[in-house]
Amino acid sequence: MLDQPRGSSLVDMRSVCRSFSKGSGEDLLVLEKVDLTIHSGEIVGLLGRSGSGKSTLLRIIAGLIAPSSGDARCRGETIMGPPNGVAMVFQSFALFPWLTVLQNVELGLEALGIDATERRKRALAAIDLIGLDGFESAYPKELSGGMRQRVGFARALVVHPDLLLMDEPFSALDVLTAETLRTDLVDLWIEGRLPIRSVLMVTHNIEEAVLMCDRILVFSSNPGRVAAEIKVELPHPRHRLDPAFRQLVDSIYARMAQRAEPKTPAVEGIHGTGVGMILQHVSSNVLSGLIETLAAPPYDGRADLPVLAGHLQLEADEIFHFGESLQLLRFAQLNEGDLVLTEAGQRFAHLETDDRKKLFAEHLINYVPVMGLIRRVLDERPSHTAPEARFRNELEDYMSEDQADETLKTIVSWGRYAELFAYDEQSELFSLENPH
Amino acid sequence: MTLQEILTPRLGQALRPNIWDAVALILVIGAMVLIVYGGEETTLPLSTLDVTPVSLDPANLPHYALRTTMRMLLAIVCSIIFTFVYAALAAKSRRAEMVLIPLLDILQSVPILGFLTFTVVFFLNLFPGNVFGAELACVFAIFTSQAWNMTFSMYQSIRNVPKDLEEASQSFHLSGWQRFWRLDVPFAMPGLIWNTMMSMSGGWFFVVASEAITVGSTTVTLPGIGSYVALAIEKQNLRAIGYAVLTMLLVIIVYDQLLFRPLVAWADKFRFEQIASGDAPESWMLDLFRRTRALRSLTYPFAALTKAVSNLQVALPAFPRVPAGKGPPSRIADAIWLALIAVSTGYAGWRAYSYLSATLGPGDVFSALGYGFVTLARVIVLVALATLIWVPVGVWVGLRPKFAERIQPLAQFLAAFPANLAFPVFVVIIVRYDLNPNIWLSPLMILGTQWYILFNVIAGASAFPSDLREAAGSFHLKGWRWWIKVILPGIFPYYITGAITASGGSWNASIVAEVASWGNIHLTATGLGAYIARATEAGDFPRVVLGIAVMCMLVTLFNRLLWRPLYAFGERRLRLG
Repeated sequence: MLDQPRGSSLVDMRSVCRSFSKGSGEDLLVLEKVDLTIHSGEIVGLLGRSGSGKSTLLRIIAGLIAPSSGDARCRGETIMGPPNGVAMVFQSFALFPWLTVLQNVELGLEALGIDATERRKRALAAIDLIGLDGFESAYPKELSGGMRQRVGFARALVVHPDLLLMDEPFSALDVLTAETLRTDLVDLWIEGRLPIRSVLMVTHNIEEAVLMCDRILVFSSNPGRVAAEIKVELPHPRHRLDPAFRQLVDSIYARMAQRAEPKTPAVEGIHGTGVGMILQHVSSNVLSGLIETLAAPPYDGRADLPVLAGHLQLEADEIFHFGESLQLLRFAQLNEGDLVLTEAGQRFAHLETDDRKKLFAEHLINYVPVMGLIRRVLDERPSHTAPEARFRNELEDYMSEDQADETLKTIVSWGRYAELFAYDEQSELFSLENPH
Repeated sequence: MTLQEILTPRLGQALRPNIWDAVALILVIGAMVLIVYGGEETTLPLSTLDVTPVSLDPANLPHYALRTTMRMLLAIVCSIIFTFVYAALAAKSRRAEMVLIPLLDILQSVPILGFLTFTVVFFLNLFPGNVFGAELACVFAIFTSQAWNMTFSMYQSIRNVPKDLEEASQSFHLSGWQRFWRLDVPFAMPGLIWNTMMSMSGGWFFVVASEAITVGSTTVTLPGIGSYVALAIEKQNLRAIGYAVLTMLLVIIVYDQLLFRPLVAWADKFRFEQIASGDAPESWMLDLFRRTRALRSLTYPFAALTKAVSNLQVALPAFPRVPAGKGPPSRIADAIWLALIAVSTGYAGWRAYSYLSATLGPGDVFSALGYGFVTLARVIVLVALATLIWVPVGVWVGLRPKFAERIQPLAQFLAAFPANLAFPVFVVIIVRYDLNPNIWLSPLMILGTQWYILFNVIAGASAFPSDLREAAGSFHLKGWRWWIKVILPGIFPYYITGAITASGGSWNASIVAEVASWGNIHLTATGLGAYIARATEAGDFPRVVLGIAVMCMLVTLFNRLLWRPLYAFGERRLRLG
């Protein structure tokens, strides 16, 4: 991608970084030195776990947020505010509920000051193209999710953008609707009927990326970085059951699982480990259920991630997230795109409720440093109570407020399940008293 | 509507009127004539008020009702304009927000009737010898009772515009002006209309109270229902009061049917929801206009005009994006701004102090505070009593949907009815049975506002999930246990909303409720309201200011220390679904 001269490209990003300020005054890096070039005539996918900064990158290109450092250019010009010739499709559709389909589609043209006749003509053409005929005067709330997202596409296409940005456009839709919309879009693209030159889409769905994109950039998390670039050279139309397709999906799974393996200690070796470990909440019910499924046939302790995700109807993102939680607690191990139960995990699967709780508590204390810390503090204090703020402050030294919220939620939920401590939401107090 | 119609509004057919056009046209022209007729009289010299004094002839009542309604309308228009400017400024500029929002909070708790004293003098001086000045003073009094909650609602809406819509309008290059009209205003519309209705209800109380007012030696009596009642009281004419109450009932019904129902039904499309919910509000008036053909096509130019206005390329002062990582917004500018606020606050405080301390000593402050606590006690007892009565009634009604459907509009209607029109009836009873005014004048304070408790509790009980009721039934929860564990927590957030309104309204009403008269008989209860009313009548400005300041303080403290925490608790723990 570097062999073309700069300037012929639509978008050109050079070592773009983005950080958000944390409560404690330091900055939290979400994007680190990202390079990206988008040329004419390609569909590029940004694939990554949630929190990998891919949506942030998309919003930098859309001119909705500014990079903290680095050079972001659109058609050779530094991006300051939404650039001309770039339109966006939103995950949540972002339709104006008080405008009809036609008015929603016309909105972007009105802002450009295009006169009424021309506006109507182009809007109707876009509506026609995207298959919304007959729905012109409907309000968004009268439409199904799929139809609403079609409005989102029509609204973006009607301004004839050079670059179409899509932020997980299919993830709020059910499986069947999403598939129809994807194939419709790919068909229009291949037939050259879309008034656009390139597409950049954000997704966490591996198969979706392989199905639609010419080039996939895989992001790693904390901070977000481009971990790999994969060219997809399968001819359209692509079939999910095609062995070459499956092989590519499997290899991306393995690559992403591999990236996920060590809880990357990023900033000076503190971030992400020790007390500052960022926890993402997974219900203990889900963890138990997953362990039981893994222990039982046909998996018998080892499962291929794409297979397991398909069986449990989980997104890749979710299965990684669950797998990592099990790995953190040493109940399972992520290995080359496989999830393998450990000896403790096997034991857990065959225990009764009370013994499971004991084992879970033991693993929490041993492998989740913050859990050990809370328990120690509660044991040492004469009152056996400690305010939540005591730990929140400590967490916020390492992470953003949102992450601290999520981590605390996880701590409370796991701690309650393991009966390590009690938590009173009203007074925000941890204590050792358990109501009996 | 099919696509064809959107493309070419088939003009020939669209212009041919149908029967609905005739009906609607008569209504529109009628309204115009009334406005012109009522408006003509507001520019006459002040002396005409003495030449054609208010008379008790019921034939005059339609005219008086018209005048009163027009003051009301004018005030609501002013409130809306104020709301748009103030709320937009507070929501878009961080520095303005620092001052404007706390200011609004205090203004909300200022007893409006205490205001009258200043504004009447001010406006009369502005238009010396002209009725217009007195009219403006009255309109201003109503405005101050209406604007604040509308502004708050709009400010909160603008602050809570969904992020994805904000990004969409940015990414599609909408200008700040376009964004305001296409995104902020529509999003704020349902809340704004609801609050306008609430303001309207409250406004009737003040329009009636402010039409006939005496400040020191100046007495201004504007033709209207309020002054009609004032005269009836002076003449001890109970029958005339009956007429006035009846007229007011009619006016409120007409107002509701012709203005607010259509507005609510129309604004339903602005409700921010992704899925169409059960039943949309209906209005025969709106349906009528939607069925008209010619009148509808007459509105096309207006629609085009609004669109053109919202698309104007108006250069609003841009609020530039702060590039991330380039440091927080200028600290120095902030410091200057804060210093400016501090200096002007200090100056205002010093001026107030020197004005008040010239005539008043610490003794006055203590006595005002003492009166304040008497009124506070009254408010607490009354809200408690109203709660004991209306919560059980509201729950009973709310759990019976058929019944609630009929009672709910009645309760809302009673809340809109200006209770001060009914005061004389109570005064007559107190005089006849020689009751203690300190006790028996008190209920007047909550007469008009208790209905807020009732209709909010009804709403809460109607919204109570039936599965929870069934669960309670299947576990044999009965008696007080059912009340404490099931229904009271369930309606708590609704009850609090009603109680806040009721208690705020009672403070305001104390100024007219603690002092009442019937002809030459004057009843006075001890309290802060009576203190302010007496000072107003005597033209004793320092004491009025002191009284208002004390009331302001007590109301604000009462809200902060009691209602806000309760409200937050209800929202956090007891909100269902």
